[in-house]
Amino acid sequence: MSILVYVENTDGQFKKSAFEAVSYAKAIADQSGNHVIALSIGNVAEGQLNLLGKYGATKVLNVNTEQLKSFVNQAYTAIIVDAAKSIEASLIVLSNSFSGKGLAPRVAAKLNAALADGAIELPTGSGDNLQVKTGAFSGKAFAFVALTSPIKVISLNPNSFEIKESDIAATIENYDPSIDAADFSTIVKEIVRATDKISLPEAEIVVSAGRGLKGPENWAMIEELANVLGAATACSKPVSDAGWRPHSEHVGQTGIVVSPNLYIAIGISGAIQHLAGVSSSKTIVVINKDPEAPFFKVADYGIVGDAFEVVPKLITALKTYKGL
Amino acid sequence: MKILVCISNVPDTTSKITFTNDNTAFNNAGVQYIVNPYDEIALSKAIDLAEGGKGTVTVISVGDVTTDATIRKALATGADNAIRVNATPRDAWFVANQIANYAKENNFDLILTGRESIDYNGTQVGAFVASILNIPSVSISKKLTIEGNTATVEREIEGGKEVLTLNLPAVIGTAEGVAETKIPNMRGIMTARTKPLDIIEPIEVAQLSHIVKFETPDPRGVVTLVDAEDVEKLVSLLHEKAKVI
Ligand SMILES: Cc1cc2nc3c(=O)[nH]c(=O)nc-3n(C[C@H](O)[C@H](O)[C@H](O)COP(=O)(O)OP(=O)(O)OC[C@H]3O[C@@H](n4cnc5c(N)ncnc54)[C@H](O)[C@@H]3O)c2cc1C
Repeated sequence: MSILVYVENTDGQFKKSAFEAVSYAKAIADQSGNHVIALSIGNVAEGQLNLLGKYGATKVLNVNTEQLKSFVNQAYTAIIVDAAKSIEASLIVLSNSFSGKGLAPRVAAKLNAALADGAIELPTGSGDNLQVKTGAFSGKAFAFVALTSPIKVISLNPNSFEIKESDIAATIENYDPSIDAADFSTIVKEIVRATDKISLPEAEIVVSAGRGLKGPENWAMIEELANVLGAATACSKPVSDAGWRPHSEHVGQTGIVVSPNLYIAIGISGAIQHLAGVSSSKTIVVINKDPEAPFFKVADYGIVGDAFEVVPKLITALKTYKGL
Repeated sequence: MKILVCISNVPDTTSKITFTNDNTAFNNAGVQYIVNPYDEIALSKAIDLAEGGKGTVTVISVGDVTTDATIRKALATGADNAIRVNATPRDAWFVANQIANYAKENNFDLILTGRESIDYNGTQVGAFVASILNIPSVSISKKLTIEGNTATVEREIEGGKEVLTLNLPAVIGTAEGVAETKIPNMRGIMTARTKPLDIIEPIEVAQLSHIVKFETPDPRGVVTLVDAEDVEKLVSLLHEKAKVI
């Protein structure tokens, strides 16, 4: 028996979440005496594939065809299912990324497997009773889901499991799955990616601002703060609704859910729907001029003050600290 | 065009979340239920697409009789008819099988869901339904246009967006940006009472998973306040104590 981990790449590069998924699978394998086989789909160079051994994969199945360079849900599902069957995988692990969210249920359905999506910790138990902790009620609770089918699928939330190095030399095997032409009916027309920006769902530090900033012209200092910290930028819903910032930056119940190591909220009141998207951040810093703002109740550190005075000072202090 | 919209009955966004029976069941005492906000986007999009006689909108929900109020709200918003599968929604796989079973016999061109439900936060039902019906799906879309037999969808990807086309029939999960959320008007509320709401019985589905227990997050400690004049203090706390920079 083995564990199959599907590793996602972006333009041929694995991201942190891929290594997190391999490390996670390796930790489960160590508990259960299994080994980890990674599956890569797309155009990934050997140097990148070798890295997967470093995080615990003993073997890498490499599906490399031009046709599969970009994500096509049904075709990718077919390949993962095919690989899972051929190695007799008892568990399939993948990242709970935007593509992973579409993929995991389809893979599970095809394998008659139970699915836990958005795992945030290592599972407990074993065999036909593996229990996985996931978020529920939009950040207000956790649910422990028991997976009781012989084959199981777990998707792992980004930033929830620390990468661990194992130093295995993985063997790389070209894998040639059989895929139906009908699985390619979905066609990717266009991909637009801001390469200079840090991706919000995966960011370790997020600098977020709300209506307290008064207008889009005041975001320069937010971007500078994010730059100094190597952080992604985010915003509250009214800010993106007003068109001050793109919708892709909106976090909260109806936006993106993030769990960075550090979330800095500037001029955001801390409404329950906003907190739903950020409450699992490890450390929360709040800068707000209103000492009664609800956000202070869930913050680790806070500054009561005017953002227009505090943020520039914070930028200067951080630059000094970083020797910039 | 025949459109099916899947509706989930969820606690209002401001509900206090507590559990009973030794933290194994959600405590619904005093909780107000609403149409899942993402499903409202799906419903609003369906109504737009069907406008002016271009199609029909059927809503489907898996739930017991207490779900009827939420379903009537969807009818008041503008759906033409509704189906309730008379069962307690056990998990996403169960729900998806009920919906797929109904859809199989009724040939919809388009099935819309919300990107996730705000109670269990899974993004599962839509893709499960699509898999059972063996048709394409997009789980989280930000824009959706339909032309003839083709859906053009913009979806979010890490650090950007992707535009793709799929052949109908397909299942599409909607997020903000797909449609402005509609609210029922007076006429809608009046006519909702007379629109058909059919109740059908569930099919058997194998149970593969169940929730063992719930937990609520540990409250964070009391906030450490730093003087606005002393931001250097915050920097050193983040470095030395929180160890995040
Ligand atoms: C169904 C539903 C879903 C929702 N989903 C989301 C969601 O996903 N995400 C989300 O964010 N919201 C969501 N909302 C909206 C949410 O309820 C709040 O309205 C919103 O989060 C408030 O945004 P804000 O904090 O930026 O603005 P405000 O509530 O206006 O707060 C602005 C804050 O800035 C402070 N401030 C003002 N000036 C300054 C200054 N100079 N310096 C420092 N601080 C200053 C004020 O003290 C105040 O606390 C949702 C609402 C509903 C009903």
